[in-house]
Formats: sequence, structure tokens, C-alpha cells
Amino acid sequence: MPDLAEIFRGEAGRCTATLIRVLGDIDLAEDAVAEAFAIAAEQWPTTGVPPNPGGWITTTARNHAIDRLRRESTRTDRHLAALRLETDDMQPDHDPELDALDGFVDVVPDDQLRLMFLCCHPALATDAQVALTLRLLGGLDTPEIARAFVVPAPTLAQRIVRAKRKLRDNHAPYRVPHAAELPERLHAVLATIYLIYTEGHTATTGDSLTRVDLSREAIRLARVLTELMPDEPEAVGLLALTLLSEARRPARTAPDGSMIRLADQDRTQWDRMLITEGHTLVRACLRRDQPGPFQIQAAIAAVHADATTAAATDWSQIVALYDQLYAMRPNAVIALNRAVAIGEMRGAAAGLDALDSLDVTLLQDYQPYHAARADLLARAGPRDAALAAYDRAIELTANPTERRFLDRQRKAAADRTKASAADEESTS
Amino acid sequence: MPQYLLSVWFDEPYDDDVDLSTPETQRQMAQTAELNAEMERAGAWVFVAGLRPASSATVVRAAGGDVSMTDGPYAETKEQMGGLWVIEAADLDAALDWAAKAATVCGRPIEVRPTHA
Repeated sequence: MPDLAEIFRGEAGRCTATLIRVLGDIDLAEDAVAEAFAIAAEQWPTTGVPPNPGGWITTTARNHAIDRLRRESTRTDRHLAALRLETDDMQPDHDPELDALDGFVDVVPDDQLRLMFLCCHPALATDAQVALTLRLLGGLDTPEIARAFVVPAPTLAQRIVRAKRKLRDNHAPYRVPHAAELPERLHAVLATIYLIYTEGHTATTGDSLTRVDLSREAIRLARVLTELMPDEPEAVGLLALTLLSEARRPARTAPDGSMIRLADQDRTQWDRMLITEGHTLVRACLRRDQPGPFQIQAAIAAVHADATTAAATDWSQIVALYDQLYAMRPNAVIALNRAVAIGEMRGAAAGLDALDSLDVTLLQDYQPYHAARADLLARAGPRDAALAAYDRAIELTANPTERRFLDRQRKAAADRTKASAADEESTS
Repeated sequence: MPQYLLSVWFDEPYDDDVDLSTPETQRQMAQTAELNAEMERAGAWVFVAGLRPASSATVVRAAGGDVSMTDGPYAETKEQMGGLWVIEAADLDAALDWAAKAATVCGRPIEVRPTHA
């Protein structure tokens, strides 16, 4: 008997996506899918799991929705939904051959794509896009999502309710965007999945550095997206980027939970299977030669993965990739990463020069800027400035694990100051 | 078909009439007329109006049988509505497409809001 929770995680998004199309209403679809899973939890332990669990859930959910709509068909919209159900070209409900549903299940992938675009509609705020994606496509419940983002559950519940209401009140269409609008709309989907990944990768708050659940969910969503849109190189780039980043997860934290920098990680702990898959995807992107920001970031991650030691990293290639990325997305964060790469390629002083030549007005409250600057200053600048930069970085860090790491770095820099002062005294 | 309000927003004080004689305003008015015609051809146009300045507004309140009036706009904010369209569109995306065109010809932000219709 496979784990019902696992089947749920794998199938809930697909089933909900189809039911939203059939019922024309997100809430009705969610209720129907939840009810079908409740029935499955009752029946499957004795009847066994049907050959096509997703098809079984979808059909059961649909049949229950029909019954319910007939019972409650006093409201006009429910009448409409019932009408829609009867005119929909799905298999008739009396069909006993559940495994003959393959043909019907075939149309489901497209539904899941529609749902991705609906959840990531640009009329929704980013946090609503993320919450809705996790809830409807990831099958996560509201308390789970609230915990993952360290938001009170009622706040998150309200966010989801408002987002669903906005989509309904505005008659948001349930379709895959047409070619002209696709690049922009797809970018919103990719950005949302990446945001879920990075939130799982380094939780902005909370006591554990990594949130495996969110990272894995993001990778699963990226995988679904590349299966549905195999010809979108940026979707493939996003999947490669998340896989190559995830490969480093085992080496990213010490047994005591503290953070280990890329340069100090034990690279034998990196997940070779994820790296191999990531590399294959990056190479496929290169062959296609339609570079985009996610593909380039994946290529950067691939260069890191290629290096068996930190010293063996091909920094000139990384700087070149950042140059290409900056040409596409001229923003301060990419310029910051480029400056750090220059610091590795040509020394900390060169990195500081590159950093100080940036317009940093937008980076003043950006923790990674101060952390990177502190690191470069500790190696090549006035120590007081390094300590001040560490103080600012620590002040801006909400993640306790990362804060402990910066505290240690700051202490090391301060000890060096004392040691060199003592050296000067003893030699004078 | 769903109806949407597309409102045009001024984010600077809108106390005096817009100077209609400047080349910039002339161009905007011509483009707005073209957009209205395009909306009519597409069957999307329901209503359009440009508004006199916010300072010309009066707020009327009725409470317990008493009617009172105050001078000036209701919202005591810098941002004021300067004009509006009501359009019919198949769905949100179609309404947003019209809003993008409206924002381009007006050079101002457009708020899209669905009606109960």
C-alpha cells in the first residue's frame, strides 16, 4: 500500500486543475478533490490502490461535485456549474472501467498548465501567487504554507481567500496564454517557482537553514513545467538551476546546523545524481542557444559543480557568465555577484574596486551586499570598515543560522585585528 | 459580458483644469479619441468621461433625514481620479489589454476594477 500522503502530493495539483476547468470554480474544485481523497483513505486500504489513482480521484471528485451541485442547485451559479458538467466532454459517470480513463487523463497536463498561469497571474501580488501555487498545485494546506513562510495561519488563509476572490470577481480566464503574451506570463510562473525554491533553500526567518519541503516542492513544480513545456528553454534552465543548487544541500550545513559557505563545503557530499541531471539539462540548453537569465544562472551553478575543490573553480568563466547575465538583467544584485566573482578571479582588492564602482543606493538594506563587502574588506581593506560591514550584515539577518555564521566571521576578523595590533607592538 | 471600470489616476494635485492647449494634451486627446473608436469597433466601449478638477467636487451626505454638503473631493489624498471608462470585456486579460492601451495614451496609471455585472 503506497503512502496516501505521497499520492496526494503527486496528484492533488493535477486533479484540482482539471476540476477547476470542469466546475469553473476554485473552491468547489478544492472541496471535491478533498472529498475524493477522504473516500480514497477509507476505501483503498481494503480495495487496494486503483491502477490510475489520479484518474480515480478526478472521476470520484467530479461525481461528488455533480451530486452536491444537484442537491444545492438553488443558486444560479451552481445551476451553471451543473450545466457545464453535463455538457463537458468527460467520460460519462456510469463508466465502470476506471482504467479506461487514460484518454481522459491525457488532457489533464494542459489543465495543470492553465492552473500554473492562473496562480501566477500578474494581477496578483507575489506573496499571493506563491501561496496560491503551493495550495492549489502543491496540495499543501494553509497551516503548512503558513509555517513554511513563518506567517500566522489566519494571515495566510486571508491571503489565499482574497486571491481566489480577486480571480473570480475579475473573471480571470482559465487558459494557457497565447504566444504574444507567453514570455512575460511564463516569466511570472518561473519567478514564483524560483521564489519557492529559494525560500526553502535559505529560509529568510526561522531556526533551520534549509526547508527541504519547499525546495523539493519547487523542484517538483519545475519538473512538471518542463514536462508540459519542453520547448521553453528558460523552464529547463530553472529546473537545472534548482537541481544544481539542491545538489549542494548536504554540504551546506554543519552537524550543529550552522551554515557552511560554498568555498568551505565538503564537495564529496554534493549529490552527484542531481549534478549529473543538472549538467545534462544545461548542455541541452546550450545546444538550443536561446540563452535566458535562468539558463545562465544554471550554467554558473554548473561551473561550480564542475570544480572538485573551491580553488579549482573556473572564475573567469563565471565572471563571463555574470557579464552575459548583467547584459540581460542590469540590476544591482547581479552586479554584486559579478563583483564577488571578480574578487575570486583577481583578488579581494579587485573585487572591492568592482563593488565600490556600483551604484549601491538600492543595496543599502540588502544583507548579502554587506556580507560580501565585509568579506572582501576583511581580506583587503581597512579592518574597521570590515567590522562595520559585518555589523550591518548581522543587523539585517533574520535567519539565526546565518547570523551565527556572520558572528563567527566578524569575530575572526576582529581577532585578526587584535593579533596584528599585538604583532605591531611586539616588533616596535 | 463582464464589465470593468478603467479609471485614470492623477498622482499630482488636480485642483485646476488641465491646460487643453498644450501639444502634449492635444496629442493625448487625439489618441484617446482613437482608442474610444477602437473600443467601439470591438464592441468593448460602454462609457467614457474626462473629469473636471477634484477641487470642483462636492460631497453630499444623507444621515437621519438630514442632507449635508461639503466642498471638495471625498478622498483627502493627493491622488485623484481624472477620468474613466466603463468597458465590456470577455475576461480579465482582455480588460487588462484595454487598460494597457489606455495607460499608454493617457500617460497615467489606470485602475482596473470589475463591476457586479
